[in-house]
This record gives sequence, C-alpha cells and structure tokens, in this order.
Amino acid sequence: MSNWVEVCATGEIDEEDVIRFDHDGKTFAVYRSPDDRFFATDGLCTHEKVHLADGLVMDDIIECPKHNGRFSYMTGEAKGAPVCVDLKTYPVKVEDGSVFISLG
Amino acid sequence: MDKTATKRDYSLLGRDAQAAVDSGLAAAEWYHTDIPRKQMKELMKREDGPAIRDTLIWLGSMVITGALGAYFWGSWWCVPFFLIYGVMYGSASDSRWHECGHGTAFKTRWMNDAVYQIACFMIMRNPVTWRWSHTRHHTDTVIVGRDPEIAVMRPPDLFRLVLNFFGLLDASYAMIDMVRNAAGIISAAEKTFIPEQEQPRVIRVARIWVLIYAATVAMAIYLGSLLPLMLIGLPRLYGAWHHVLTGLLQHGGLADNVIDHRLNSRSVYMNPFSRFVYWNMNYHVEHHMFPMVPYHALPQLHDMIKHDLPAPNKSMFEGYREMIPAFLWQLKNEDYFLKRELPPTAKPYREEFHAEPIAAE
Repeated sequence: MSNWVEVCATGEIDEEDVIRFDHDGKTFAVYRSPDDRFFATDGLCTHEKVHLADGLVMDDIIECPKHNGRFSYMTGEAKGAPVCVDLKTYPVKVEDGSVFISLG
Repeated sequence: MDKTATKRDYSLLGRDAQAAVDSGLAAAEWYHTDIPRKQMKELMKREDGPAIRDTLIWLGSMVITGALGAYFWGSWWCVPFFLIYGVMYGSASDSRWHECGHGTAFKTRWMNDAVYQIACFMIMRNPVTWRWSHTRHHTDTVIVGRDPEIAVMRPPDLFRLVLNFFGLLDASYAMIDMVRNAAGIISAAEKTFIPEQEQPRVIRVARIWVLIYAATVAMAIYLGSLLPLMLIGLPRLYGAWHHVLTGLLQHGGLADNVIDHRLNSRSVYMNPFSRFVYWNMNYHVEHHMFPMVPYHALPQLHDMIKHDLPAPNKSMFEGYREMIPAFLWQLKNEDYFLKRELPPTAKPYREEFHAEPIAAE
C-alpha cells in the first residue's frame, strides 16, 4: 500500500528546478521538469552525501553542487564520474495543486 | 613562536590522512556565503558562447603561432611565436583541463569532453586520474593527507617550485606515471581516489598517449630536428611558467586543515591576458565555494559575495609579496601561515574549527 506524503504546492517549485524535502528523518529532492512534470529522488548525492537541492537542473539532469556529478532525476541513473551509484527515485503524483511522493 | 612545529605527513596513506578522517576534517561541511536560490541559478546557468569564443581564440592562436614558429624555425624570429604557443599549450591547457573537468565551461557536454581531453594531453594529466584527484581536492581542499593537489607542501621546497616554472619536475613525474599506467600499474595512492571500475580507463588513455609521444619522437629522429617536439611535448616545459605563476597563488602561504575556503584560498585581481589564460580562476575563493559557477560568471559572483570574503590581492605582484615571505617563514616553522582578514560585513570564521598555532598578524 502506497504511503503518499504531501510535499508542497506545485507553484512552490519553479520549472526546471528542485527543492529539498525532509520527512521522517530522511531527505529528498523534488523536481519540476521543463515540460512541467514532477519527480522525486533521494536528496543526497550518492558520491559524497551533498544536498542535490542546491544543484542545477538542466533538462532531465540534476548536477550536484559539490563535484558536478550528474544524474537523470527521471530515472536516477548516474551519468558518469564522479558519480557511479544511481539515485533512488520515488513515484510522484499531483492532486488538487499539490505534489505528493510515495514513500512505500 | 617557541612552539615546536607540527611535522606534516602529506602521504594519502599516511598518519595525517587517518588523522583527518578521525577528526572529521575529511569530507567535512564547508562554509558557504548565503546566496538566494534565484541568483544562484542565474550564476550557475550554462552557456556555450563564451567558451566557444575562447576556445577558438586559444586553439586558433596556437595554429597561427605554431605555424609561424615552424616557418621561422632555425632563426631567432621563431622565439616570440613559440613563447605564445608555449603559454597556450603549457599554461592555458591547465585552466581548460580544470574548467572542463568540472563540466561547467560549455553547456554542450561533448564540447566539454572534447576540450577536456585535448587540454589533459597538453598539460600531461591523465583525464581519468586527474578528474578523481580534483574531486578530492574540492572535497578536502588543503587538508593534509587528503588533498592530492597541494602545490606547496610545508616546509616549502623552493628549489622544486623554481623547477616547476619550467615544468621540469611535473612533466618528469607525469611521464613516469604515464609509462607506469600504460604498463597496467595503478599506484596504491591512485587507488585511494580512483574507483576500481574507472582504473582500466586510466590505463587505456596512458597507452594512447605513449603512442602519440613515440610517434612524435620518431618524427623528430626521422627529420633530425627538435621541431616536432617543440610543437608536441616540450611546450609543457617552456610554456609552463604562466600556470605555475598563477597557480601558486591559489593556496600558497595560507592556512591548511581548515574548512572555510576564505582561509585557505586566495583571490587576486589580474590583467586581462592572464585572466584569459587562467580562465578567471584568479577568483579562487569564489570558485572553491561554488564550483558549479562557470568561469565566465565568476566576476559576477565575486561582486555578489565580496562583502563576505577577505579582500582580494590587488595584483599578482601583491600576492607574491605576501606569499614569498610566508614560504620563507614556513622554512623555519611549518605551522606559520597567513591569516586572511575579513571585512566587517563578513560572517566570522568558526575559530573552533580553525585554531592554528601561529598565524601572521
């Protein structure tokens, strides 16, 4: 059974941007793509545990602010050095103008 | 000054490496000046235009000066052309390697990667090894035993510094590393920062480079002339001076084992030629604090956060005037360092993390 958790109103995330969302002792990154879709991943880079929400969103890529490691935030795939381990992604839905992520 | 200086162990596998991990200095959380997200996004924005323009000037000037140097080879007229060619090959490649390694120079990925490979070859830095070494340099900037890119260790080896203005030691070590890697050997120190799955790529690149240098040497022997080596390889020596001149200022004489780039990095105002060759890395505190900001946006970043940073040196000359005496003091006491003064508008240093026994007043 899915555990949907409300993150924020859709308007709180700019297009092609990311915000940090902390819940139950864990940190997540929630993205809005240039084509107005929402995605969520673990909040910390798999390389050195830096908050991805301080990074740069370009198309479908989130770039870590510390070492410029790049992931697809849509699939979690690590796109090359210095990141080698994929990010965990989470299902997202939008209802009544709010963004929800499923935490299992 | 009567305290006994702490002997530093710069080995990545040594006593200080373990001490840095134990004390929390390794992979620590560093100080950042607050910048609103909207402004930060603007600063981080990628563009192709500035780097395409600069790359055309860079490689174009090399084609022209290299051709004229070759044309006038055998007469003194070749000297000015090789002087420029050398700086573009042996120094501008340093900043191109650096910026493209961060992936911030161009918006288009393949352009970053292409310039990165070319620059790595010129500066004689294995593109895989040095990507990882520079990653560590940003994680643990001037943390003894952790940072593999500390240019001036304490006590400073001034003879080595002078030799490196001509690339003599760096290039020699680079050649030894290249041959060792080409033979399939990854050193124990390299293994501390290059993940296992990346190590075969180190070897592959080294083997390609050995073939290029072997072909260049063969051509020089066949022609009975140094000219092929004046164009490939030797410019790393005779053109190295500018990247050493600017690079030493990055961290030289400043604090080590601190987690605030305002204390261990130096920003310096420079002339336009040096800024072109160095790709604005004279804004070095700013670069370390926000490595996502492309080189062309660093002057803007500097204007935005200078209220929170030590005043930059007004010129390279001023930088050297404070740095060289600091090196000389460090010969007597390696705990000595220059403490950067903050303006009244800045957030203070967190002294509990940065206590050092002897600092310049």
